[in-house]
Amino acid sequence: MGLIVRKHKKKKSARQKTDENILGLVYAVVCLFLWLMAYVGHFLLAEREDVINNAYNARLDTFSARVERGSILSSDREVLARTETDEEGREVRIYPYGSLFAHAVGYSSRGKTGLEELANYYLLTSHIHPVSRAAAELSGRKIPGDNIVTTLDLRVQQLAKDSLGDRRGAVVVMEPDTGKILAMVSNPGFDPNSVNENWEQLVSGDNGQARLLNRAAQGLYPPGSVFKTVMLLEYIREHPADYDQFRFDCGGYFEYGDYTIQCYHGTAHGSQTLSQAFANSCNGAFASLGLNLDLKSLSSTARQLLFNTSQPVAFACTQSRFVMEEGADEWEILQTSIGQGMTQITPLHNTLITAAIANKGILMTPYLVDSVENAEGRKVKTFEPSVCQTLMSEEEARILKEMMTQVVTEGTGSALRTDSYSAAGKTGSAQFGQGKETHAWFTGFAPAEAPRIVVTVIIEEGGSGGQAAAPVAKSIFDLLLIP
Amino acid sequence: MANMIADISKYLMILLIAMYTFWNFRYFGVREERRPVLAGRQNRIMYLLHFLAYAVMFLKTGEEKLLVFYGAQAVFFLCYLFFYRRFYRNHSHILVNNMCILLCVGFIILTRLSFERAVRQFVLVVFSAAVTLVIPFIIDRVWQLSRIPWVYGGLGAGLLGAVYLVGDDSYGAQLSLTVRGISVQPSEFVKIIFVFFVATMFYRSTEKRQVIVTTAAAGIHILILALSKDLGSALIFFASYVFMLFIATSDWRYLGGGVIGGALASLAGWALFSHVRVRVAVWADPWADIDNKGYQITQSLFAIGTGSWFGMGLYQGMPGKIPVVEKDFVLAAVSEEMGALFAFCVLLICVGCFIQFMMIACRMDAMFYKLIAVGLASMYIAQVFLTAGGACKFIPSTGVTLPFVSYGGSSMMSTFIVFSVIQGMYILKRDEEEEYGTDC
Repeated sequence: MGLIVRKHKKKKSARQKTDENILGLVYAVVCLFLWLMAYVGHFLLAEREDVINNAYNARLDTFSARVERGSILSSDREVLARTETDEEGREVRIYPYGSLFAHAVGYSSRGKTGLEELANYYLLTSHIHPVSRAAAELSGRKIPGDNIVTTLDLRVQQLAKDSLGDRRGAVVVMEPDTGKILAMVSNPGFDPNSVNENWEQLVSGDNGQARLLNRAAQGLYPPGSVFKTVMLLEYIREHPADYDQFRFDCGGYFEYGDYTIQCYHGTAHGSQTLSQAFANSCNGAFASLGLNLDLKSLSSTARQLLFNTSQPVAFACTQSRFVMEEGADEWEILQTSIGQGMTQITPLHNTLITAAIANKGILMTPYLVDSVENAEGRKVKTFEPSVCQTLMSEEEARILKEMMTQVVTEGTGSALRTDSYSAAGKTGSAQFGQGKETHAWFTGFAPAEAPRIVVTVIIEEGGSGGQAAAPVAKSIFDLLLIP
Repeated sequence: MANMIADISKYLMILLIAMYTFWNFRYFGVREERRPVLAGRQNRIMYLLHFLAYAVMFLKTGEEKLLVFYGAQAVFFLCYLFFYRRFYRNHSHILVNNMCILLCVGFIILTRLSFERAVRQFVLVVFSAAVTLVIPFIIDRVWQLSRIPWVYGGLGAGLLGAVYLVGDDSYGAQLSLTVRGISVQPSEFVKIIFVFFVATMFYRSTEKRQVIVTTAAAGIHILILALSKDLGSALIFFASYVFMLFIATSDWRYLGGGVIGGALASLAGWALFSHVRVRVAVWADPWADIDNKGYQITQSLFAIGTGSWFGMGLYQGMPGKIPVVEKDFVLAAVSEEMGALFAFCVLLICVGCFIQFMMIACRMDAMFYKLIAVGLASMYIAQVFLTAGGACKFIPSTGVTLPFVSYGGSSMMSTFIVFSVIQGMYILKRDEEEEYGTDC
């Protein structure tokens, strides 16, 4: 009897064990599904808007069947783009400022570009009051989409465009401590009101004007002397204690083996310290300095400064290129050290490096959309400044800032000298073809002691950076900094 | 006006399926006598949901054939529920209800995606439902099913082998056999045969030798599937085998070993097969190749994201943009037009089915039945997980369908068989308890 009972007990416990295990599997599976749903929930709460606001998402276009595309406003609330319905009920997109914001705001009549693409989702989403929505739907009207308020400042944009005049080039204006882009001009522009009508001409004709190209973010240029900032940073990194001991005697030419590097217009700068060489943009000094740098380390500094990586902006932007590697020959080193050779940079990227220098080494994420409002003007969403990444240490930024200040006070940036504020920056005159005028560069910030504005200017075949590009930057600083 | 009605019914439908889902879980907490009352409520909710969806679709399209189709479906649901009640007094109401609501969601979304396909699906459903109605009866009476392991093993591996050798190519994988113009996906049926094989083997013995032999046979099944590039099925077979082995032996080492073995096998698959690497790469970053390989999953994410919690409303999204949406990505279509909340409820109902399967496994006395229930439950839930996880980029997409909802004849038939076998065991147990009393 006792035997039977024991046996019975044992059998039961095996059964219980099995059933417990079955229950265990149930719990595990339930947890797995809860995890899956939490994942989707997170996707919907945190990533949804960024993901679906994509040119490949044709679904957004169906929104326009029920929503009238919202307006795009400048930071001073001027209308940069709005939708009107004509007598026949057709919707027309109107850009009151024509070509002024052609690249920054973009167009939406033939594909979408610029902010029209970037903010497509917001423009086609409506947050109007449910009562107004119901009223509109009952009467068969479309509901008005949300408006976006951009960081673009009409006055600055206009001034930048006017300063370029009919010269090809680009201007980017940004706040280094917030990342707000105040202006982004690319010249020549086009009229976004008539993109469709003029498409053939814009794409093929026009003789190399490339009007559709946003030169500010997609134009790749040889950096010329503005690249000396990168070389300077690398040199300081390799000689943290004694970089101020650097000396170079400039006779207007730097000869190395069979090669000769010439200073701008063959000017002899005489004995140069590091900061003097930078301020005077002495090619000989930087070419000789480059020969002694650790190329592997230089390459990693360049990568840290966002060369060869996608730029941290939401709109279309080309990667800058720095291709020199360890083992490069001497000619390549000499050329690369003065910003010629194979290196290419976009004006926007140049702005970001300068902005990081102005902001203690920290790059703020650049942005164009400040906030989203419903049609009645109530704020729906505000975009706050956010830290993007650290490009260099605070100390390195401080040294570079000091040297960039000397470019203005003692060197090639003399066009920016004024009593009203102190500016800092770097000029560049980049060669790009035999017998052609150089591209004129300027990138800098002001006020030097507490930077509020960063400006980068490039003028294609504009001549010397100090004479052609720096004055454009000065006019923008004047507008924004002189009360 | 039509927009407003569609909008309002969108929310109503979510509310209805949420109530249904709630009672699905509440069901376990109430006494046996009260259960038919809850089941009746669930039926009414389903009819209402079904009506609303077709009303909206009719309003949106104005096509009268939708009304006829709706009527046919309603008659089918009424008949199916009636016959179950009639033939099997002791059947599990909730299991039949869940079959019906999942079929109902499937009909709605398929009608939205393609009327012709929905009609074909409906014909298959009616056929499968009629044929499988007899299965519980068989389960109750044919004990010989537990005595023929190598018949199952041979048949299953043979069928899979045939598919590998002469199968039709679909999206780069061999999945189906075509006989006289009718295309069948044998792996759907081999799933069930495989579960019977493993159950009979472990019912005989769980000695080490038997475990090794069975594992080797299971390995052959899985290997053939992997070679046919049917990764989804390979994973499903694997998961259910590991679960069955663990339940049969109550040995945690087998579960741990299975998980480690599975991880190693996945790594080997990654290293050996380029299509595995492609799937993983697309999962890790679909945006890098959005035009081509990443197209399907990114469109699915657009669908889920654009639909958001409450959906775009029927006929107001673009589920057709997702390639093979009616099969592997049907949940994305549900989520886009009916809302993520609705899709969550569908998933929870599937999990509810799984829990019911497992509870029936607990309730059965014979290890053979327990193993069959656990095996079929694992097959089922693994498939649900793979399709749901694949659609939302939680895991790499493996190309499997959502049972009862996705379009596909073989899958439909085999799912009907699975549910009927489980139903058969439930009825068997209830009849037994009635005869001998429930105390034990």
